Amino acid sequence: MKAGSNKYTTSEKKPTAIGMILRQASVPLMFIIICAFCIPIAGLSPSYLANEIVTRMGRNSFLILSLLIPIMAGMGLNFGMTLGAMAGEIGLILVSDWQIVGIPGMVLAAIISIPISILLGIFCGKILNKAKGREMITSYIMSFFINGIYQLVVLYLMGSVIPIKHSSIKLPRGYGIRNTVSLLRMRQKLDNLIAINVSGIKIPVMTFIIIGILCLFIIWFRKTKLGQDMRAVGQDMEVARDAGIDVERTRIISIVMSTVLAGIGMIIYLQNMGNIATYSSHSQIGMFCIAALLVGGASVDRASIGNVFLGVILFHTMFIVAPRAGAYITGDSMIGEYFRVFVSYAVITVALVMYETNKRRAKSESSRELRAQQDADEARAAGKGNV
Amino acid sequence: MDNNHAPLLEMRNIKKDFFGNQVLEDINLKLEAGEVLGLVGENGAGKSTLMKILFGATDISETGGYGGEIYLNGEKVSFKTPFEAIEAGIGMVHQEFSLIPGFEATENILLNREPKRSNLIAEVFGERLDTLDRKEMDERAAKAIEKMGVSIDQHMLINSMPVGHKQFTEIARELSKDQLRLLILDEPTAVLTEREAEALLESIRGMSARGITVIFITHRLQEILSVCDKVAVMRDGILVQEVPASETNVDEITRWMVGRSIEGGASKTDVRIDENARTILKIDKLWVDMPGETVRNVSLEVKEGEILGIGGLAGQGKLGIPNGIMGLYAAGGSVVFDGKEIPLNNPRKCLDSSFAFVSEDRRGVGLLLDESLEWNVAFPAMQVQNRFLKNYLGGLVKWRDEKAIREVTEKYIDELKIKCTSSKQNARELSGGNQQKVCLAKAFALEPKVLFVSEPTRGIDVGAKALVLDALKKFNRESGVTVVMISSELEELRSTADRIAIVSGGKISGILPATSSVEDLGMLMLRGVI
Repeated sequence: MKAGSNKYTTSEKKPTAIGMILRQASVPLMFIIICAFCIPIAGLSPSYLANEIVTRMGRNSFLILSLLIPIMAGMGLNFGMTLGAMAGEIGLILVSDWQIVGIPGMVLAAIISIPISILLGIFCGKILNKAKGREMITSYIMSFFINGIYQLVVLYLMGSVIPIKHSSIKLPRGYGIRNTVSLLRMRQKLDNLIAINVSGIKIPVMTFIIIGILCLFIIWFRKTKLGQDMRAVGQDMEVARDAGIDVERTRIISIVMSTVLAGIGMIIYLQNMGNIATYSSHSQIGMFCIAALLVGGASVDRASIGNVFLGVILFHTMFIVAPRAGAYITGDSMIGEYFRVFVSYAVITVALVMYETNKRRAKSESSRELRAQQDADEARAAGKGNV
Repeated sequence: MDNNHAPLLEMRNIKKDFFGNQVLEDINLKLEAGEVLGLVGENGAGKSTLMKILFGATDISETGGYGGEIYLNGEKVSFKTPFEAIEAGIGMVHQEFSLIPGFEATENILLNREPKRSNLIAEVFGERLDTLDRKEMDERAAKAIEKMGVSIDQHMLINSMPVGHKQFTEIARELSKDQLRLLILDEPTAVLTEREAEALLESIRGMSARGITVIFITHRLQEILSVCDKVAVMRDGILVQEVPASETNVDEITRWMVGRSIEGGASKTDVRIDENARTILKIDKLWVDMPGETVRNVSLEVKEGEILGIGGLAGQGKLGIPNGIMGLYAAGGSVVFDGKEIPLNNPRKCLDSSFAFVSEDRRGVGLLLDESLEWNVAFPAMQVQNRFLKNYLGGLVKWRDEKAIREVTEKYIDELKIKCTSSKQNARELSGGNQQKVCLAKAFALEPKVLFVSEPTRGIDVGAKALVLDALKKFNRESGVTVVMISSELEELRSTADRIAIVSGGKISGILPATSSVEDLGMLMLRGVI
């Protein structure tokens, strides 16, 4: 009270409910404002914009959904999915060499990718179990390491050890894969399987059905014993262990599920793009997915399906309109390109800082309560004294 | 009762030592079904160790197991893990909550024992993909809560519950296990309000009526008397008394608990209480948010040149006082030193005002474990007071004065009899007692006006204890430094301090001269315990 130096004095008011909601939704709100500002400047036609957003939703949602399960298991925003993405690419490269096209090609690529994803997932999970609490940075660095192995396989082993027949995807020197592998005969085969046109907007119904099935799976999975165990492990590993839950195994399973889903997600993503950038498709995918999820309002320890879709819409709207708006304002289209990369990193940084601040705030909350309690005690004592 | 009848629990000649340090000796205990035993004793008396042995805690088997035998329903048992103990029908509610914060009470009560329903996917991928049977979960949790006899909202999330309800959730979890026959409650009422504690006692009576045996550990002796059939008092690893609760009273139990030295009667010759001494440190309405050692509304005056002892049971807040003043945990209130207000939550300001602190967390806060003794001793003085530095270019460049550092380190090695190979040895390589001496040397080297020493003898052997305490006393008497010493050991406070303040329930429950009897201090310790 008298202690002026005390930083926990009454000037700090208890945050109101509205304040809490605003703070939690601050990242999505910021993006809504950016989009609302950029859309008119970009001057794109509404149908073009809607078309683009729907396409990108189909392209990216599955990948982003693969992030949800590790978050549930308390492993945070995880770059383990990058490993799955590489597995998916390997599947697609092999399938296109075997000239299996269309939907059967995609299914076969997925089947090839799954065992690779599982192996990489187990490896990743074991390492992350040794780096509890530092999963994000560990998995990020590990994705670089596995990228090295991926390059070894694709650049040297394919064509020399792993038979690659077709020269269209092989480097002229006789082994190694070209920079770009065309998926022309697979391109948007899934999207076009059942596609309807609603007032000029193409809706890839089949892709959305698959995404919908994954959403239903995740909702169902939360209700299973394994899902419940993951939530328990995610919130308090020690308590979960005391209750007899195998914490390490549960965490590994969550990463494996994430890599397997990411492998399939990558196949969906690439069939929409129509080609594989052999050495770079996967390199930024983890970061863009994480950024999109955070833009949708997720945090390090909490993410929902709603966050995924809101995130895809907002993040990609910005992606579409920012270069145009940038070009209009500055006359240089590069500024928009620069802006999208810059924003992805910024969003991740902001989300991490906010996570830490919220934790600290919760701590100072308990100090405040203690203080209030003491004041109340004293007031009561004083009241008694007067009577 | 016929002679063939085996008691529910029998412990015979239980012994336990940690690396030669005997903590339990020849404990014999018998409990019938439905009996309620109150287990009391000071901190470190061996209660927790005994319960850990019974519950199969892994740190018992990791430190070489225990001696003696345990019989459950006449059958010899020896649990390697808590899971085996749970399987055999023993439940334990620990002092620290073991609950998932974002789960409902129901989910916590049935954690990892959820009723499940199989489905097609689970048939293929294994039973962990069974879905949870929410309805059945609700029913079972409700039944456990009903058994407890205290009503809590089973759908409330743990982190929005008051502390008492968390405690009840834990108890309900144990009660939901059908095989439960013996329930250990480790200070369950410590976090409860009076009303809730009353409800808990009622529920213990209910459990007992259902044939569940309860071992109830608490410092609130009144509760023991009102609910227990039997009282067992432990002191220094020995079961000193076991009597029916109806035949004893609070005073008697207190005497048994603390009474080790009534015969020895540590004769105090060197106690100085100078009524006219000036108040050098005035603490007013201090609160400290230190987890597990919360301080509420402490006002205290420390006189110049005295050794003020602060005692109390673990968790009552005595450790929070120095940690709060020194700015290691969030604190409020006012601290006035020598007429000047000391800002809280700012360790540097405290050090600048000539305070020094020897932390109870020796390895975490106290020492630079991988640095030499020289560094450890001189580092704070170098940082805070710019000592042991040579200035060049008018103070622009500061160089460590290695010679002065070695001299001061060797002086303290000599004075405190620190066993080491040289002043260059790393602190990590020293034994606990010698590390503690280095911590003291570090604080002495700061030449403080007020020295806070927290648990100076924790985890060190008897010989080293005496040396550390002597060194403290000598430092106080010879340099006139005011010392505030916090310790859980009453005996230690009585032999070293001039006055002893007892903290209980986060507040000062009384201040007595160090010559007071152990019983008087013990009474203060147990008064207002929360």
